[in-house]
Amino acid sequence: MTVFQKPKALTNNVLHYCPGCTHGIIHRLVAEVIDELGVQGRTIGVASVGCSVFSYNYFNVDMVQAAHGRAPAVATGVKRSDANNIVFTYQGDGDLAAIGTAETVHAAARGENITVIFVNNAIYGMTGGQMAPTTLPGQITQTSPYGRDVNTVGYPVKVCEMLSQVDGATYLERVAVNNVKNIKKAKEAIKKAFQNQIDGKGFSLVEVLSTCPTNWGKSPVDALGWLEENMIPYYPLGVYKDKTKEEK
Amino acid sequence: MSEKVLMKGNEAMAEAAIMAGCKHYFGYPITPQTEVAAYMSKRLPKVDGGVFLQAESEVAAINMVIGVASTGKRVMTSSSSPGVSLKSEGLSYLAGCDLPALVINVQRGGPGLGGIQPSQSDYFQATRGGGHGDYHMLVLAPDSVQEMVNLTFKGFDLAEKYRMPAMILADGTMGQMMEPVSLDMGEVTKYEKNWALTGTKCEREPNIVNSLYIDPAELEKINFERYERYKMVEENEVMYEEYLMDDAEICIVAFGVAARVSKNAIDEARKKGIKVGMIRPITLWPFPKDVLNKAADKVKAFVSVELSMGQMIEDVKLSIECKKPVLLCNRVGGMITTTDDVLKSIEEAAKIGGEN
Amino acid sequence: MNKQILIAGFGGQGILFSGKFLAYEGLIDGKEVSWLPSYGPEMRGGTANCSIIISDSKVGSPIVDKPDILIAMNGPSLDKYENATVKGGQIFVDSSLIERKVTRDDVDVHYIPATKIASDENLPGLANMIMIGMMIKKSGIIPFENVEKAMSKVVSAKKQNLFDLNMKAVEIGYNYEG
Repeated sequence: MTVFQKPKALTNNVLHYCPGCTHGIIHRLVAEVIDELGVQGRTIGVASVGCSVFSYNYFNVDMVQAAHGRAPAVATGVKRSDANNIVFTYQGDGDLAAIGTAETVHAAARGENITVIFVNNAIYGMTGGQMAPTTLPGQITQTSPYGRDVNTVGYPVKVCEMLSQVDGATYLERVAVNNVKNIKKAKEAIKKAFQNQIDGKGFSLVEVLSTCPTNWGKSPVDALGWLEENMIPYYPLGVYKDKTKEEK
Repeated sequence: MSEKVLMKGNEAMAEAAIMAGCKHYFGYPITPQTEVAAYMSKRLPKVDGGVFLQAESEVAAINMVIGVASTGKRVMTSSSSPGVSLKSEGLSYLAGCDLPALVINVQRGGPGLGGIQPSQSDYFQATRGGGHGDYHMLVLAPDSVQEMVNLTFKGFDLAEKYRMPAMILADGTMGQMMEPVSLDMGEVTKYEKNWALTGTKCEREPNIVNSLYIDPAELEKINFERYERYKMVEENEVMYEEYLMDDAEICIVAFGVAARVSKNAIDEARKKGIKVGMIRPITLWPFPKDVLNKAADKVKAFVSVELSMGQMIEDVKLSIECKKPVLLCNRVGGMITTTDDVLKSIEEAAKIGGEN
Repeated sequence: MNKQILIAGFGGQGILFSGKFLAYEGLIDGKEVSWLPSYGPEMRGGTANCSIIISDSKVGSPIVDKPDILIAMNGPSLDKYENATVKGGQIFVDSSLIERKVTRDDVDVHYIPATKIASDENLPGLANMIMIGMMIKKSGIIPFENVEKAMSKVVSAKKQNLFDLNMKAVEIGYNYEG
C-alpha cells in the first residue's frame, strides 16, 4: 500500500507562503523528482530573491542563496566546480525575467548544464504586488494602478518563446499548476529537466504558471480560475524547445 | 622554477593564482587588466579540472565566483575600476556569506568611464568594502611584480583563513610592467571547510550558504561575530614596509606605484640632506595604524603620496590622530606623480617641520 | 649602475619587443630590471614608448621620465624627450626617419639610418633591433655575449628564421660605423 508521505528532499520546516499560493505545490514537485531520481545527496540548489527567497530552508539539500537575478550565474559556478553536482535554480518572474534577464539568457546560450525552475505568477509577490515583467496587459498592480499600459511600459516578456531562439538551450516547457492534470504534466516536465542534466544534455528550463491570491486580491480558488482564463491564453502551455527530441 | 623570468604583472598574478590552487576563473574584458583573463584562458584549460569562463558581465562573473566559492574551491575574478563597481554587489554577498575568494582590481582613472591609465582612486571603494552593508575585504597593495605574485598567493590563504574576500589593489602600471619574478611559492595551506556545499551524500544535514537574516537580533549577532574576526585580522595580518625610517624626520606614506616613485624621491632628498623615510602599507585593510601612530611621535610631518584626490590621507590622519601635519602629494586621472613632484612635497614638509 | 632607458617611436615599430629584449639582457647579466610600456589605443599606430631600467640595486620607480639613454625612432619622440634626457646621457636617432639633428651639445648623440638599413638588408620591421645593437655597443651597459641568450627568451626557438633575422639586425647595429 502506498502511503502519502513528505518527499525526503523537503525539510520539516513549515512553508511561509500565503494560503492558496502554489509555490508549495511546485516545491513538492521538485522534491519528489529529486527523490525519484535518487540525486538528493549530490543536489545543490540555488535560491533566488522574491517570495521563494527562503527556499533554502525547505529543500533538504545543500543550498546557496543568490543575489536578485543572479541565480543562473551562481548555479554556473556551482556546476562548473563539480560536474557531478546536480544544480537547480528556483526563481520567480521578477528575478529571472527582469533583473536577471542577462544571466538567464547567457546561461541558456552557454548551454549550461543546469535546471531552472521558473515560477511565473505575473506579479512581484514578496514586495507586495508590484508590476512584474510578466504582468499581463491591463493587469492592475500596485505600480500599475490603472492597469498595465503597454504604450508606456511595454509588453510582458514571454520567457519560453524568447529562449526558444537561443541555440544553446536544450529544453523549454511551460506548464501550470492550476489543476491536477496540469500538476501531473508539470511534474513530468520538471523530471525531464532534471533528467536532462543527469544525462549531460544541457540547459533546461520549466516555466510554471503559478497563482498569487494575496496580491491578485482573489480567493485561492478564484486565483486558479484567473490563471486559467487570463494567463494561459497569453502564455500558452507546451514544449517550446526540446533538443533531446530533435536528436532522435 | 627558481630561475627568474620576466613577467607582466597581470600575467604573474594569474600564474600565481594557479600555483595557489585556483582552478576557476571568471572574468570580463576591461583595460588595463585583460591580460589576466587572456592568460587564464590559455593556461586553465591545460590544468586538470581547470575552468576559464568569460562571463556575460562583471555582475555575472562575480556571481559565478560566488557559486564556486560556496563549494569550497579556490576561485578568482579580475577587473579594473568600472568593472569592480559592477562587482560590488557580489563583494557584499561574498562578505555576507563568509565566502573566501580573490578579486583583483587593476585600477584606472575615474570616476565614470574615466580613462585607462593608472590610478589609485578606488582606495575608498576597496578599503570601505565597495558594496552595501558592514563588511571589510582584505586589501593587498603590491608595489612590484614579485609582490603581486606573493600577495596573490597570500591573498588566497588569508581569504580562506578568515573566510572573507580578498582584493589585490593594483594599478595599470603594476599590471602592465614586467619585472623578474620567482614563482617559488611553497606549500598551499589546507583549511577545513565543513561549511562548503559538496552535496549532503544523504549523510549530513544540508549546508546553507546565505546572507539573509530576517530577524534583526540574529543579523546583529552575525555582524558582531564577523567583526570579531575582523579584529583578529587587524591584530595579526597587518603588513607594511619601512624604508629609511630610523632617523627620518619626514615620513612618506605611499603604496603601489606611488611608493616606487617615492623611493626615488627619498633617495634624491637624502642626497640633499633631508632626513626622509617611508612607511609603505602592504595591507590597506587592515591599515598599519599602530606603526604610523608610533612614527608620529618621532617625525615632524607626513606626506601622503597617492594617485587620487586624497583618499588614503584620511586613514593616515586617523592613524596618527592628527598629531602631526599631513601633506598630500597627488596626481590623478591617469597621470603619475614624478620623482620631482614628490621631492617638492618633501621639501615643503621639511619647511613645515622646521617651523614646529 | 642604474641606467634609465627610454625607447620611443610609432606603434608597430617593435618598441615594446626591443625593450623586452633589453630587459632580458639585463636580467641575464644578473641585474635588477623593469620594463614598462605605454599602453592603450595609442599602441595601434600612435606613439608608443617603453621604459626599461637596468640597475645594480632594486629598481625604484619603473617610469623613466629622465632617460640616461633615449632611443628615438620618430620625430615626435625626439621632440618630446630630447630635453628630458639627462646631461651626459646618450641619444640614438633613427636618421632615416628623423631629419633634424639633436640640438643639445651636452649629450652623446649617435645617428643611424636604421629603417633604411633594415630595408636594404631585407630585415623587415627590424630597425628597432638595429638601434638596439648600436646602443649595446656605444653604451657598454650590457655585454654583447649575452645577446643570443637574451634573444632566445623573446623569440621562440621554433621560429629559427625570425631568430636569425633578429640576431643579424643586432649585429649590423653593433658593427655600424657611421
